Amino acid sequence: MSTATTPTAYNYKVVRQFAIMTVVWGIVGMALGVFIAAQLVWPQLSFDLPWLSFGRLRPLHTNAVIFAFGGCALMATSYYVVQRTSQARIFSDGLAAFTFWGWQAVIVLAVITLPMGMTSTKEYAELEWPIDILIALVWVSYGVVFFGTIMKRKMKHIYVGNWFYGAFIITVAILHIVNSAAMPVSLFKSYSAYAGATDAMVQWWYGHNAVGFFLTAGFLGMMYYFVPKQANRPIYSYRLSIVHFWALIALYIWAGPHHLHYTALPDWAQSLGMVMSLILLAPSWGGMINGMMTLSGAWHKLRTDPILRFLVVALAFYGMSTFEGPMMAIKTVNALSHYTDWTIGHVHAGALGWVAMISIGALYHMIPKLFGREQMYSVGLINAHFWLATIGTVLYIVSMWVNGITQGLMWRAVNVDGTLTYSFVEALEASHPGFVVRMIGGAFFLIGMLAMAYNVWRTVRQSESAEAEAAAQMV
Amino acid sequence: MSNFWSGYIIALTTVFLILITWLLFATRKGQKADQTDQTTGHSFDGIEEYDNPLPRWWFMLFIATIVFSVVYLVLYPGMGKWKGLLGWTQIEQYQDEVVRAEEQFAPIFARYVDMPVEDVARDEDAVRIGQRLFATNCSVCHGSDARGAFGFPNLADNDWIWGGSVDQIKTTLREGRQAAMPAWLAVIGEAGVRNTAGYVRSLAGLETENVDLEAGQKVFQTNCVACHGPEGKGNPMLGAPNLTDDIWLYGSSMLQVQHTLRYGRNGNMPAQAHLGEDKIHMLASYVYSLSQEDGEVTDTGRPKGR
Repeated sequence: MSTATTPTAYNYKVVRQFAIMTVVWGIVGMALGVFIAAQLVWPQLSFDLPWLSFGRLRPLHTNAVIFAFGGCALMATSYYVVQRTSQARIFSDGLAAFTFWGWQAVIVLAVITLPMGMTSTKEYAELEWPIDILIALVWVSYGVVFFGTIMKRKMKHIYVGNWFYGAFIITVAILHIVNSAAMPVSLFKSYSAYAGATDAMVQWWYGHNAVGFFLTAGFLGMMYYFVPKQANRPIYSYRLSIVHFWALIALYIWAGPHHLHYTALPDWAQSLGMVMSLILLAPSWGGMINGMMTLSGAWHKLRTDPILRFLVVALAFYGMSTFEGPMMAIKTVNALSHYTDWTIGHVHAGALGWVAMISIGALYHMIPKLFGREQMYSVGLINAHFWLATIGTVLYIVSMWVNGITQGLMWRAVNVDGTLTYSFVEALEASHPGFVVRMIGGAFFLIGMLAMAYNVWRTVRQSESAEAEAAAQMV
Repeated sequence: MSNFWSGYIIALTTVFLILITWLLFATRKGQKADQTDQTTGHSFDGIEEYDNPLPRWWFMLFIATIVFSVVYLVLYPGMGKWKGLLGWTQIEQYQDEVVRAEEQFAPIFARYVDMPVEDVARDEDAVRIGQRLFATNCSVCHGSDARGAFGFPNLADNDWIWGGSVDQIKTTLREGRQAAMPAWLAVIGEAGVRNTAGYVRSLAGLETENVDLEAGQKVFQTNCVACHGPEGKGNPMLGAPNLTDDIWLYGSSMLQVQHTLRYGRNGNMPAQAHLGEDKIHMLASYVYSLSQEDGEVTDTGRPKGR
């Protein structure tokens, strides 16, 4: 009906779709992660099949967890948050539906092409050029839907959560388009538009800001809505939000060169990347402080509310990994940590501890509301999920710290005659126990996600369509 | 870097750092002295915001990282063409470390330079050093125990593709070796490949069913003898392996031998001249020691990799 009446309901359909797919892709991506972790323990698990080889499945794992799981979580929550905090129905139901189906198409294409060995070879941007174009189209549409909704808002101010979502959407569009610029030679093969050290710099400008904007700014947007909402407390400090928002988005853009310490990248670029990464510590912690302090006066709720526990532990892991990051960006530390499992541990402290936990907490808050239910089917299962996820993350990152430092020290150890004390294989053998622990940690996390899937399924099944419809009404 | 780009980097960085500092101070201005219950008055879907001050320790931390960065950019390269007061560069750091290592370690290797390889190979310390050099530089292909792998020769036996004399081993190390077994499919055809493979296997005493050995021999005599010799005993000058023994670099199965004949093989031992003559001397001694009958020095108690 194209009448000019003001809509009386939020568009929850697209939010529900993205929310359900977050759980589905989370399980797929994490199962792939556990599988390739098992391959590092038992290399014969590739069965000599090219499409099961580590080199092809690892990019599929990273794409599935970052862009499929993380992307769906961000789109679900941003559509939910922007509608509710603007008190406006989403801008264009049709375009919103396109972003859902377009994004699912991108993921399905990734699931097909990456195991086939089609890759642009750029880390976290492996998809080939036709898929890149589809991503750009979907992403620009996402931006139109999001900012269109902001324009329709009923209040004067824009909520801080939406600043972060907005910065994330704009910057990811720029990063994706610039970094994926390439010359196609066939439908399935292209070569980067940049060469040599420039290509490396563009790649890590993209790579680190995929972390900074996709995995940090976006999820901070999520945090700024779901933490105060679940705790039922005001945000701790508006001033802190202002300074940490602008400082965070301004500084992240500079930090990429710390991925290229002691390489062909010129010294000056390395230095700038390092100092900006260090200054980034305080703005990053600004988000953690604002989230944590929001709970002051509500700490007792942690005893009974496993959803709040997910959100708070996510903030703790966020604080930990954003301390670790600037430290690893210091050249002297980087000389030890670079190329070791420490980096993988650091990434997963962020990916499992922060990104996944905050998303899971947000979903447990949001899903009952989307389907007009009081709460999830089983609070006990949420609690079980919380412990599985926490223990899994701790096992993962501790094993990778041990492995990383072991590898760093073994690689640099020299004998009295200046020869290397250990061959590469010996460091690999020393890493084997850590690989086993990491696999177990990942499996814990995955089992938690399966519990979540069951819980979500039961919750959704209990919901009647009248309930769900009533839930979407603007009050 | 041109002056323009240098100036661009310096200006951008300076303005940026000033803006960040300004942001911090400007936001702090007029803030409450202590924690407050006062909100900003906004409410979004029921969420309010307190007007609490920036935590003091957090403010100090922020300032400290900015101060550190400014000092760092004065001391180290970062601001465009500015080289930094310390004059540090990563390439010089590397070169200094290499020079220091040379000074420290060269005398250890120099001790053995004038000793003949045969004697070095019997010196327990020297063999240990050689073994470590081997682990660092050679084990990736030849294995930690020097027993090689498919396509990579076993160095611990007494069979030598390019010769096992001290001089030959040193030449191999210094200059590398390029083996070139040509592809024969176009010349001898699929039947020729099959028969010749059978014949070559027969030289080593291996039997093959359903091959015409006579035809194979004919092909061999026409095409293969130039390198492998009339009896198939090989030629170390050309790196042509002996085909009559039971050592097969690329496998002895009918499938593998046929593959070798059909498509050829291109073994490549990279030159190690960059290690310097002293280390090559130690490596040659170590490799030499591995194939000596009395090899009591070969076990140095170091754990062997798989």
